[in-house]
Amino acid sequence: MVDDYLVWPALAGGMLIGLSAVLLYLCNGRIAGISGILAGALHGDEAERGWRIRFLLGLVGGGALVSVLGFPYALEFRSTPLVTILAGLLVGYGTRLGNGCTSGHGVCGMGRGSRRSLVAVLVFIGTGMFTATLVSLVWGLP
Amino acid sequence: MSNTGSRNDYLVAACCGLLFGAGLALSRMIDPARVLGFLDVLGGAWDPTLLFVFIGALLIAVPGFAQAREREQPYFAPVFVAPAGNAIDRDLLMGAVLFGIGWGLAGICPGPAVVNLASLEPQALLFAASMLGGMFLFKLRHG
Repeated sequence: MVDDYLVWPALAGGMLIGLSAVLLYLCNGRIAGISGILAGALHGDEAERGWRIRFLLGLVGGGALVSVLGFPYALEFRSTPLVTILAGLLVGYGTRLGNGCTSGHGVCGMGRGSRRSLVAVLVFIGTGMFTATLVSLVWGLP
Repeated sequence: MSNTGSRNDYLVAACCGLLFGAGLALSRMIDPARVLGFLDVLGGAWDPTLLFVFIGALLIAVPGFAQAREREQPYFAPVFVAPAGNAIDRDLLMGAVLFGIGWGLAGICPGPAVVNLASLEPQALLFAASMLGGMFLFKLRHG
């Protein structure tokens, strides 16, 4: 059932994410797509590496800050280590092939009204729902 | 991006990363169990949190990007660098399918994968390392 108390943190957190995406685009002219920023920081254009690394450090720091400020910060991993590895490989490869993830297509692409991004989002949410539901039906919830 | 002066663009990038990470943590989207609670539609107690996060993000992003369209150039860079193509091709669809399967298996997408590095949880490190491995595999195959 709906946890009412999570609606407001979710909306507020979403707005911070939206603000981040808008500021990065308005100020720097760059898309806040995490998969693209990560891949670019690893093996992208040298001139673009500096801002990407700073963004990623900020990303880790932002999560840590929320924890330090006393907001709930519990992580519950459901997958076994082997499934986690498989999932990571698929997420890494798939987001490069599809040129974006939840942030690049979901927030920035949909925010810009990109039809391409809307299709990508519908496909990965649909596939994600199918997979998670199937896994839960076959193996059951812990 | 400008290579002179105090690099306002670097400061903006770090602050935007901070906002983004704080948003993901505050909304609990860094918790794989919560994301799976949204993706697992028959799990009994469907969790709509992710939907509210999207709504919050788009409430800001839609008018914000519309504002950007009114501008000739960004504040601290010469040009807007945005994907120009609008093609819905095989790569886009296959990529989204593979990503969706991985996301549905673990409940982690790239943003939370990076944020969760700070937790030093073995599973978080394992996922991030595998995700980077997947990106390298792509780079090897596609250059």
